[in-house]
Amino acid sequence: MFLSPAILALILVSAVISLMLILASGFAIQVLQKWNINSGSELQLNLERRTYLISTLLIWAFASELISLMLFIYNAESMSGQFVGAMCATGVLNVNEWGWPTLFLKIAIFFSGTIWLALNYLDNKGFDYPLVRVKYLLLLLIVPMVITEFYMQTRYFMEMNPDVITSCCGSLFSVDAKGVASEVSSLTPRQAIIAMYGSGLLLMLSGTWYLLRNKGGLLFSLFGLTAFITAIMSIISYISLYIYEHPHHHCPFCILKSGHDYAGYTLYIPLFLATSLALAAGTISYWKKIPSLNSSVAVYAPKLVYLALIFFNIFYILATWWVWQSNLTMESIWQ
Amino acid sequence: MIEFFRKQAYLIDFTMSSLLRRKGKNFGLLLVYTLIVFMLASVMLFSHSLRKEAGIILQQSPEIIVQRLVAGRHALIPAEYIQKMGRLRGVTSKKGRLWGYFYNPVVKANYTVMAPDHLDLSTTEVIIGAGIARTIGLGIGDYFTMRSNNDTFSFQVKDIIERNSELVTTDLVLISPKAYRVITGIPEGQFTDIVLSVRNPREVRKVAEKLVQKLPDIRPVLREEILRTYDSIFAWRQGIVFVLLIGALLAFVIFAWDKASGLSAEEKREIGILKAVGWESADILHMKFWEGIIISLSAFMLGYLAAYLHVFYSSAVLFESVLKGWATLYPQFKLVPFIDGLQIATLFFFTIFPYVVATIIPIWKASVTDPDAIMR
Repeated sequence: MFLSPAILALILVSAVISLMLILASGFAIQVLQKWNINSGSELQLNLERRTYLISTLLIWAFASELISLMLFIYNAESMSGQFVGAMCATGVLNVNEWGWPTLFLKIAIFFSGTIWLALNYLDNKGFDYPLVRVKYLLLLLIVPMVITEFYMQTRYFMEMNPDVITSCCGSLFSVDAKGVASEVSSLTPRQAIIAMYGSGLLLMLSGTWYLLRNKGGLLFSLFGLTAFITAIMSIISYISLYIYEHPHHHCPFCILKSGHDYAGYTLYIPLFLATSLALAAGTISYWKKIPSLNSSVAVYAPKLVYLALIFFNIFYILATWWVWQSNLTMESIWQ
Repeated sequence: MIEFFRKQAYLIDFTMSSLLRRKGKNFGLLLVYTLIVFMLASVMLFSHSLRKEAGIILQQSPEIIVQRLVAGRHALIPAEYIQKMGRLRGVTSKKGRLWGYFYNPVVKANYTVMAPDHLDLSTTEVIIGAGIARTIGLGIGDYFTMRSNNDTFSFQVKDIIERNSELVTTDLVLISPKAYRVITGIPEGQFTDIVLSVRNPREVRKVAEKLVQKLPDIRPVLREEILRTYDSIFAWRQGIVFVLLIGALLAFVIFAWDKASGLSAEEKREIGILKAVGWESADILHMKFWEGIIISLSAFMLGYLAAYLHVFYSSAVLFESVLKGWATLYPQFKLVPFIDGLQIATLFFFTIFPYVVATIIPIWKASVTDPDAIMR
């Protein structure tokens, strides 16, 4: 196992977030059983007061989860020098079977967190807290994810075995026995292009539909999620090739490096922002039938849809631009 | 939107004035907080720069070093091994090297003596590192003496190696191959080791593999392996220091918890009055949130700045010996400043994150208290 500060920090944060959420889930169970907005009992008063604490705790927990996602990737990137055959973050995530699942879980927790925060925000706008049970039920679903993430991440770091020279007289030449696969398997570019722009089109249509008719918010979220997945696949499949100007380098992380003008940030930031906005929009729009939330939904949902569309468009424009300005030509190869 | 920002601006304004009203307490907290950031940041900046420095230096070293082993110990390698290796695809050059260590009992230090063949040195000339020149007090044109078995040899100092590469050249002595063989008694046709350059980094392992098959008594040392080892050693040392500092961190967390939960009567009255004049619990939470942000950010920036100055302008006097190692002829060098997102995010999780976690519950307790319960 490694003892680097970044790893210590990641494990520490996961542990603390898990603890916070376990604390919150105890409260969530209490709410599910005993919440009664019409009661004036001391218990109800305490529960209402405690919701403040829980939502503050969770805002921090999810914000930290986002930073820990970034730290996780940075850390993988910086450790690539310490493993035989690992050239960048992809290789380090491949070091054992826990790397990729941890990353996916972190992303999933981030998006679940945004949904929860959107729900929480909306709930606080209604005078009678109409979504309180839904909210805490959702929280109970997120808790196992966070605990699994803590477990997987710890396993991932514990089971890392660095290939290093142990002493001057030790055996110095270690043959690359297992071999770390450094490339991600990928779709053919043609499929990826169709999937990405196709899902983008569906997203735009459903978004416009929602803005015009106030219908289909959930569909918009669903398309948002699809667009996110196809976008990531496209980055791996062909966008990264154009950024690297290299026909075989598919890594989704190296584009974050300075050597490639930090192109990755211009893609990932709008993409993640747009997806979380789209998810939040769908979540909010679903509750428009509740009387105390009706007016809030009418105000916030279109705003979120609007913003999500803007950021998705920024992503598509930038992705197209990176491909367009590249010196790499693959026309005759891909047909 | 603008309303939201305006509200936050007023809250910050209010928080600032309320912080300044309790100068003593808050400056105490700020001081401890800054110190914690300073310590952790110093360790990080310093060891990170060392790693970088090692990487930069090794960039110029040969891809493969071939050593001969006799009974598991490093031995001299005969020159015919270069022929024995034959033509290896991908290898651009093969060269025998002559180098070794020389102990000088007068200054109680080891020199690294090298005999490069590309320098135009006569047998009586020598080029020395800045560390040696400083320790013995030599300048260009002075005489530098080395004692071998029975004889003493004097060399005229032709040049002193520039300061900017001092991390590796501080104890270096460069002499001509002929003089080196005379002093050390290494016969013609023998070298210390052989170095190979390989153009394509992906072929390095294959070349090494072929070498081991051809010449079973050698051991190839790859540059990437050395780099990898440096990387993990510095990361590990840094980790050890961090683990040691966790005690301090815990003390800080308890301190922050205590500060946040032990609200003075005056603060309690303030919250009571605010709630009585119409503030909601959420507003109090916001205010306290800004209080935390202001203290954390100031401590973070002050601590980081101090650490930056400490590491890059005073060569990290406080941690030097732990992280760098120690030697008589130790190089004096200024590290290249280097900051990255990884460091900042890690530092955030070691300082601001524990602080926030420690203060959330006490702050919440303060914010939900009923005004009449306080002011009664």
